[in-house]
Amino acid sequence: MGFLDQRFENSNIVVTSLENLLNWARLSSLFQMQFGLACCAIEMMAASASHFDIMRFGVIPRATPRQTDVMIVAGTVTLKMASRIKRLYDQMPEPRYVISMGSCSNCGGPYWEHGYHVLKGVDRVIPVDVYVPGCPPRPEALLEGIMKLQEKVRKETLVKKKA
Amino acid sequence: MTAQEIHDSLKAKFGEAVLEAKLDAPQPWIKVDPQQLYDAAVFLRETADLAFDYCSCVSGVDYNDGKLGAVYHLFSMVHKHKIVIKAIVPKETPHVRSTADVWAGANWHEREAFDMVGIVFDGHPDLRRILTPDDYPGHPLRKDFQVPEFYNGMKVPY
Repeated sequence: MGFLDQRFENSNIVVTSLENLLNWARLSSLFQMQFGLACCAIEMMAASASHFDIMRFGVIPRATPRQTDVMIVAGTVTLKMASRIKRLYDQMPEPRYVISMGSCSNCGGPYWEHGYHVLKGVDRVIPVDVYVPGCPPRPEALLEGIMKLQEKVRKETLVKKKA
Repeated sequence: MTAQEIHDSLKAKFGEAVLEAKLDAPQPWIKVDPQQLYDAAVFLRETADLAFDYCSCVSGVDYNDGKLGAVYHLFSMVHKHKIVIKAIVPKETPHVRSTADVWAGANWHEREAFDMVGIVFDGHPDLRRILTPDDYPGHPLRKDFQVPEFYNGMKVPY
């Protein structure tokens, strides 16, 4: 249980709001969809490996979209891949999040002008929560992106928005 | 064998079908009649002292003067010599007979040349696009290719 270990005097009752508890649980176990598209995927793998250890944030790669919370679009989104990404995104259960990693999936990157085969930003087919800049971003940058996403999840609310 | 000897034996067999050659280039090339390309390929592979048993690369080229080219880079594992064979075809009727049954490795290379510049390889066992999606409009490495405004509802230009 980590930081909760032996912090309580008499019983193991904790008082919190349901919203906080749910958000805390969700942001601590952002399962990631295990796929990469280009060189950014190498940095994503480095972030998963022991040196950067993305798993300490609760990010565990899953091999199916149906078990995942966050899709890290790591690399160049070609037109051919874009429809597959859309389909994979549609297969993820809600609530679902997208991290766009690297210049290519942010805006087309080096292919912005002459890339006849590249989608100029994955946000043209699926909504993106966090953009991680870089070409490719270092693993630290991806970790920062994960933390930004955790901040976003922490602020989510069950209360209906007032118009 | 030197490039000159390769050229001479090809010339002796095919005569007028050997159109042009540049043998002092860093990669010496011989231009052959596209009608005779397949026969030349079989000849280059089967003749004992040529024995081009390996097709390193097939490139598709748009020369931007109304002509397309299929460029075959050949290597002989037996004799360690190499040559480049070019077949130039007009853009309106870009037909070359496939060499996929001469060199199995040419199969995917020819598919790429078809995909990128639109050379049609007659007799190819599986001439589908290999890189771009099946429904992609046009052949993107042609000089007159225009990037489509939309592809399947996705905006393509920046």
